[in-house]
Amino acid sequence: MLANIDLTVVWAFIIAFAVFAYIVMDGFDLGIGILFPAFQPGRERDTAMNSIAPVWDGNETWLVLGGGGLFAVFPLAYAVILPALYTPIIAMLLGLIFRGVAFEFRWRDPRHRALWDVAFTGGSVVAAFAQGITLGALLQGIKVEGRAYAGGWWDWLTPFSLLVGAGLVCGYALLGATWLVMRTEGSLQDRARRFSLWLGAATVAAIAAVSAATPFLNGPYGERWFTMPNVLLTAQVPLLVAVASFLFFRLLRSGAERSPFLLALGLFLLSFVGLGISIFPDIVPGRVTIWEAAAPYASQIFLLVGASVLIPIILIYTAYSYWVFRGKVDAAGYH
Amino acid sequence: MLANVDALLLARWQFGFTVAFHIVFPAFSIGLASYLAVLEGLWLATGRQVFIDLFRYWIKIFAIGFAMGVVSGLVMSYQFGTNWSVYADKTGPVLGPLMAYEVLSAFFLEAGFLGVMLFGMTKVGPRLHFLATLMVAIGTFFSAFWILSVNSWMQTPQGYAFNAAGQFVPADWWAIVFNPSFPYRLVHMVLAAYLTTALVVGAVGAWHLLRDRTNEGARTMFSMAMGMIAVVAPIQILAGDAHGLNTLEHQPTKVMAMEGHFQSHPDGAPLILFGLPDQEAGTVRYAVEVPKLSSLILKHGLNEPLKGLDTVPRENWPPVPVVFWSFRVMVSLGMLMLLLGVVSLFARFKGKLYEWAVLHRFALAMGPAGFVAVVAGWITTEVGRQPFTVYGLLRTAESASPLSAPAVAASLIAFVVIYFAVFGMGILYMLHLMAKSPHRGEHGIEPGAPIRTAGITPAPAVGSGRTLHLAE
Repeated sequence: MLANIDLTVVWAFIIAFAVFAYIVMDGFDLGIGILFPAFQPGRERDTAMNSIAPVWDGNETWLVLGGGGLFAVFPLAYAVILPALYTPIIAMLLGLIFRGVAFEFRWRDPRHRALWDVAFTGGSVVAAFAQGITLGALLQGIKVEGRAYAGGWWDWLTPFSLLVGAGLVCGYALLGATWLVMRTEGSLQDRARRFSLWLGAATVAAIAAVSAATPFLNGPYGERWFTMPNVLLTAQVPLLVAVASFLFFRLLRSGAERSPFLLALGLFLLSFVGLGISIFPDIVPGRVTIWEAAAPYASQIFLLVGASVLIPIILIYTAYSYWVFRGKVDAAGYH
Repeated sequence: MLANVDALLLARWQFGFTVAFHIVFPAFSIGLASYLAVLEGLWLATGRQVFIDLFRYWIKIFAIGFAMGVVSGLVMSYQFGTNWSVYADKTGPVLGPLMAYEVLSAFFLEAGFLGVMLFGMTKVGPRLHFLATLMVAIGTFFSAFWILSVNSWMQTPQGYAFNAAGQFVPADWWAIVFNPSFPYRLVHMVLAAYLTTALVVGAVGAWHLLRDRTNEGARTMFSMAMGMIAVVAPIQILAGDAHGLNTLEHQPTKVMAMEGHFQSHPDGAPLILFGLPDQEAGTVRYAVEVPKLSSLILKHGLNEPLKGLDTVPRENWPPVPVVFWSFRVMVSLGMLMLLLGVVSLFARFKGKLYEWAVLHRFALAMGPAGFVAVVAGWITTEVGRQPFTVYGLLRTAESASPLSAPAVAASLIAFVVIYFAVFGMGILYMLHLMAKSPHRGEHGIEPGAPIRTAGITPAPAVGSGRTLHLAE
């Protein structure tokens, strides 16, 4: 029974899930870091920070799980991708260190609070931009010879990867702004709503630009999107993006508080599905498939036993935690 | 050719630097989590105010240390891929799942209990809160369990096979997890974490005793820490000896480097106390040695033969001076810890534990000794494994990523600058907290502060009231 299930595909979906969980959960708190300088020091900044303070480090653990899972189950992909994207990945890690400690240190050291605010924003922007570059560089293709990366340490730097980087910064900022629309009141909420409007426009433009450029990259993308009968299915993705964007702007203008955030998440989900269509079943696009990169069955099943018990428990805890922290927040924390 | 050597060396420094920084935070967290559990347990059992005061005093310091452990650990989970990609590809099927279990157990611990432990006393009641504290202590132990299993497998690999691609693949998970050096390393490391924490707690107690001998909190923490050191230091020396004998059996080259034995000694090897090992010449200059003692320690016989590095091809030698000296730093500090334990016992016996300023100064000076000994011991075992990443099977030179030296150099500089700046500040904040004297009615995490690093679920901490600014 179990032998009929392809564990490699199962694990590809588990890791994709971990990555998406990371994007959803850390996306909005990175976004608040990106928008931070636009808020007034004092009340507004404290409120924005407090709305994410209880959840940020749990969010970040998904990134560790994604990296650890890749090492365990697709070691070849881990070994090819990380050296190829060396610079953006190291930059991301250092950015995350800065913003991670800023939560604790900002509170503990009020005399240097302005400095830790800069660290918080700088770290968030660098982390978001580097994640986008990582994705762009992966899509545009990396040079592989044998079982190793064979390019230089600046290969990732192209107009396309920078475009994806900038797009992701906009997208995370949009998640952050709509999160604040949902979670705050008064002047901060008004400001967040204005930001959401133009960040929404920028994000949709970025999705369109990246989608338009992707089929022209050196990869099998055009064929996966445009051949019959695939196209009947894949055409639904841009269609749904258009519907979600239309609803987003309409509801945002009408004063809705919760739906803009959910629709922004919807845009991310659709982009992620689009990404899946472009890449699957490769793990290093155009070079290595999930089956070529997979660890043997013995490794997959050993880890699956623990993961299938622990991941659902973690998810239940997470859902409970977000449920408890629903509602509005102010400078002193949640009420 | 030269460029490759440089990139390799830089990659080794980078790994050594980031892991040396990382290792001190978990070493402290493991010990402190257990100490907090003991304090809370004693408070529940006796109802004495001083125990809960000390619990609240130390939990603030624990929160900062834990946060720094999380962010420096994030870097470690990517270092294997960025700088050691060939190693990652080859060992991933065996070591990847063990590391993933480490992540999952740390994850699980954060998910369930950290938020409750840090912020939840008033919400869940003392007994459930004590359970959360216990679970955090157990969780830190499980993290250590998995990561040390990985490390030990690199030292004493077994239970594997090779596939067509040249990867290590699992053949027997039980043999992999419980490889020969693992039990010794686990005991040695966990005891080291306890000692490190006891030395820090003892030094903080001593600092406040030197200023005010009547401070009840300072007296209690000093007494507990000295008691712990008096018990654990001798056990640790025995555990270290057993670990050494295990190393002699499985990694004799490492022991040769630790002992500085370039030559074989067919009829009893001397114990070299000090000297300057010269790797090129293959000799220890200015050696001060005790005849036959090394054979007595390692083989339990004065005339037992011991082989030297002259029986090992030169390309398989570890860097002897580094291993030789780091080993001596660790052992000397261990002996000083033993001395501190003995002196404190004597003072206790005389009823002068809180009076002897000399003892307090000694304890204060020994505050950082645990961290130094942990890093020195780690250097001994990891550099002693060289020139292999997987002992005897995979060479370090064949493990590194195909990166150019400038890439590795640039990232190394960035790590050094940022780690010193960021973690330097963090350590400074911890020292600030330690400089405040413990007092009656100690606050927990500050009243009015929002919940910060609380793990994935701070929710149970706040319960139905959803008020985040708890004063405990």
